[in-house]
Amino acid sequence: MLRSDNNRIDPKRRNVLDHRKKQFADPAYKESSYPHRLNFYAVPPTADITLEQFEQWAIDRLRILAELEACSFRNKSAQETAAHMKPLLEKYLPLDSNSSASSRLTAERQKDHYSHFILRLAFASTEDLRRRFTRVETMLFRLRLNDDIPRERNAFIQSLNLDWEPASEEERRSIASELAALSGFRKAGRDEEESWFKVDWERVPDLVEGRRVFLKAGKAYVPSREQTSMAVTEFTKRLERALELTARALPRLDEDDRLTPILDHLSKNFITPDASYNSSSSSVPGADISARNVDNLSQNFPLCMQNLHRLLRRDAHLKHVGRLQYTLFLKGIGLNLEECLVFWRASFNKITDDTFNKEYRYYVRHAYGDVGGDSIRRGGGYSPYSCQKILTEHPPGPGEAHGCPYRHFNVENLTALLQAVGITDQGVLRGVKEDKESQKFHMACNRVFEYVHKKEIKRVKDEGIMTSAQLETIVHPNEYFKRSYLLKNLGKDMTKSENVKMEG
Amino acid sequence: MAEPVALPTTTDCVNGEEKKEVKLEDLFGDVDSDDEFPSLRPKQQTPQSSSSDAPSSPTEIGPIGKASDPEVLRMFYQRLFPWRHLFQWLNHAPTPTNDFAHREFALTLRSDAYLRYRSFPTSDLLRKEILQLLPVRFEIGPVYTTNPRDRKQMKNSSAFKPLAKELCFDIDLTDYDDIRTCCDQANICIKCWSFMTMAIKVIDVALREDFGFKHIMWVYSGRRGAHAWVCDKKTRAMDDQKRRAIAGYLEVVRGGAQGGKKVNVRRPLHPHLSRSLDILAPHFQSDILSIQDPWALDDRSEHLLSLLPDSGLNASLRAKWNSSPGRASAQKWADIDALAKSGASKSLDAKALLEAKQDIVLEYTYPRLDIEVSKKLNHLLKSPFVVHPGTGRVCVPIDTRKLENFDPLAVPTVQQLLSEIDEWKGEEGKGMQDWEKTSLKPYVDYFRTFVLALMKDEKDPRVKRERDEDSMEF
Ligand SMILES: [Zn+2]
Repeated sequence: MLRSDNNRIDPKRRNVLDHRKKQFADPAYKESSYPHRLNFYAVPPTADITLEQFEQWAIDRLRILAELEACSFRNKSAQETAAHMKPLLEKYLPLDSNSSASSRLTAERQKDHYSHFILRLAFASTEDLRRRFTRVETMLFRLRLNDDIPRERNAFIQSLNLDWEPASEEERRSIASELAALSGFRKAGRDEEESWFKVDWERVPDLVEGRRVFLKAGKAYVPSREQTSMAVTEFTKRLERALELTARALPRLDEDDRLTPILDHLSKNFITPDASYNSSSSSVPGADISARNVDNLSQNFPLCMQNLHRLLRRDAHLKHVGRLQYTLFLKGIGLNLEECLVFWRASFNKITDDTFNKEYRYYVRHAYGDVGGDSIRRGGGYSPYSCQKILTEHPPGPGEAHGCPYRHFNVENLTALLQAVGITDQGVLRGVKEDKESQKFHMACNRVFEYVHKKEIKRVKDEGIMTSAQLETIVHPNEYFKRSYLLKNLGKDMTKSENVKMEG
Repeated sequence: MAEPVALPTTTDCVNGEEKKEVKLEDLFGDVDSDDEFPSLRPKQQTPQSSSSDAPSSPTEIGPIGKASDPEVLRMFYQRLFPWRHLFQWLNHAPTPTNDFAHREFALTLRSDAYLRYRSFPTSDLLRKEILQLLPVRFEIGPVYTTNPRDRKQMKNSSAFKPLAKELCFDIDLTDYDDIRTCCDQANICIKCWSFMTMAIKVIDVALREDFGFKHIMWVYSGRRGAHAWVCDKKTRAMDDQKRRAIAGYLEVVRGGAQGGKKVNVRRPLHPHLSRSLDILAPHFQSDILSIQDPWALDDRSEHLLSLLPDSGLNASLRAKWNSSPGRASAQKWADIDALAKSGASKSLDAKALLEAKQDIVLEYTYPRLDIEVSKKLNHLLKSPFVVHPGTGRVCVPIDTRKLENFDPLAVPTVQQLLSEIDEWKGEEGKGMQDWEKTSLKPYVDYFRTFVLALMKDEKDPRVKRERDEDSMEF
């Protein structure tokens, strides 16, 4: 239905989108039938739907995708995400198995099929949107594939004809010991009935990255149980390609003036959490955000930034990624460029002005967008790192101090750091340890936040000063600072307002 | 030194505009990972090492100043640098193609100006600009869809995209500072160079046997590290996702200074890891236990204990080591098994102990890669054969067939090479190059052989593939 060249709406048919045009009117055309629960979305839909359906279905899917993305930003595990998504999927985008024999199978699958293609149109326009769309659609696909009934999953994968060459018996024998090492906990020696595929390693980069395949001369030997992963990789690859084709066809879509506003609206509602963090919303009015006050402000910093601050004070130096992470954070709390340069100059007190100017000044200015390419300057430099970015990109190497202490420190060092910043409560420390062990780094950070601000949080809740939305899980270091600062300085404002009340 | 200005003037390139579009992460990376500048971290260790005491300012005098002296650089680029081979290496054919013409070069001048997006239609024009600007070093970036110099004229900015680059690896001895005892920071000696030898062996064999890459060149970085350039045609075209996959496959030692245990690998060991262990185990015995002696001091041996799984065993080990201070690492390592066998701990899990010991071998020997260099198609890396301005040593290729013999401290310096030309007494053959009169010759010869083999495979891969397919059918 939604290919650009057969996308015109017949002006005489109000409220109905008829996209049947010659290309799809060929013998291949038929009302889509959906033999499988899952869909590789290889064929665009062709039947008519109303504008209302068009919009509602897209919004429902978007809700699901946004929620999935939020799960990943909050670093939820696969199981947690599945549990979190289950009721939402049932409500907005249900997809029953064949064996359920539900009477709604076709309707559900049609909605899944159409909504996917509508969002393709909404998110094909920029590279950034395409990348994010591919990412979350892949998450959705993987979630559903994992939760498919094995028999139906296998039938679906078989139907894809993915052209995977089985490794011959003889070949398998010649590398038996290597393959056995990959069979994991299965008993070595006993020739399990596992079959192996042999593909160019480039086709399964994620399996290579995780050392989940045996590699020999550029070929990857993939155990059959990794088929799911291969299907997911294939899904991503095809979707990326399809989106680029859609992007090229997009300009012609503008002719349809009824779809454009809907699509625009959809893509605007899919804002990045990173981008949504802007400096105007992060500023704290009345605070003394200056180079000489950073030491004082640092008590309101999240642990990652406190750690960088402490190391900077100890060593009078920070390695590059740490410097970048900290500079952008300081920028985010409202430290202006001049003050930031003063701050770094004073902090690097073991080097000469000359060295500082030559080796560091430029990079600080660059971070603020004071120098650099047009696009960088226009955007005011780089955004402060979100927790997601700190947790997943550039993990610290030997000798580096950036990253998230909850993730990148071991338990002993993390505990020592927490104690050093004044968190000595055994219950909190134990909780942090458990969070860390179950990889819930956000939980750990928020747990510490709640402990440190226990009194203030109770007060704002009791007095209704902050809504629960204003107190939801923190997923950005700058949000941590802002909330911490506001809570710790509540007293002053509140006394004032109480005074006003009394006078009134 | 009034040079004729036939090339774009330097004012065009030194102003801030030329620096634009540099990724911020890359810029920050350039400061610390740049082996030209000693780390700025204040020293807490005793300052026994001489070179790290040197001021970090580039204006310093002495032998270091000499290597970046304009006259020295001019002579070097004019008489010693193997321009023709460098051209063929990047061009993959005898006559200029876009592989060369659309390739980015980045120049670092003595003023510290960093000029990006330079490109050159021919080898001669590259040489001319280098001789005019006399950079202290230059780097090689990717081949772009269009000429990098024209990138601003592109209507559609996304039309200017990196297309191809060698897959690169960067290993630096500073990443071993927590386990090497002989030197730290910018200093190296033949003892700690063995970390590089181990690293090269492990990575090289994985790239060849596992991924099937063929044209791999290792280059000494001039001071304390090595770079690898994987030049196969198919490799050069890989996107970032594939580069990330290889980087992840090869990365084993993870975690920062506070991360605790740095090796956490699944069992059974992946074939790449068991092969690596086979390669590394003998080095662990000699280069680590006897030479580095990493656990001689008490706080160091506590680190060893922190990597072992059984607290009962640890208690007996600690008691034994306390009673004989200064016990050598090799003995301490042997104590682990000896006490385990003697039943020092009742709860001992022999399998867990064996695995912990394997992890320790890996933590102390497995290559520590600066993995960001390998993940990005558009990362720049210092060209082979430039002079390291700090040491004066030429960044020469390392012949992996004679890997164990490579001595970084015996690599010729630019000053030495220039005096060798002067001292040369042989017969001047027709068309003889100056580098042939010096100890740079074996390195250039090696490079030439490498480039010829690469060009041969490049010439007509289609014919070759057809032949391969034939042989598979019959
Ligand atoms: Zn050494």
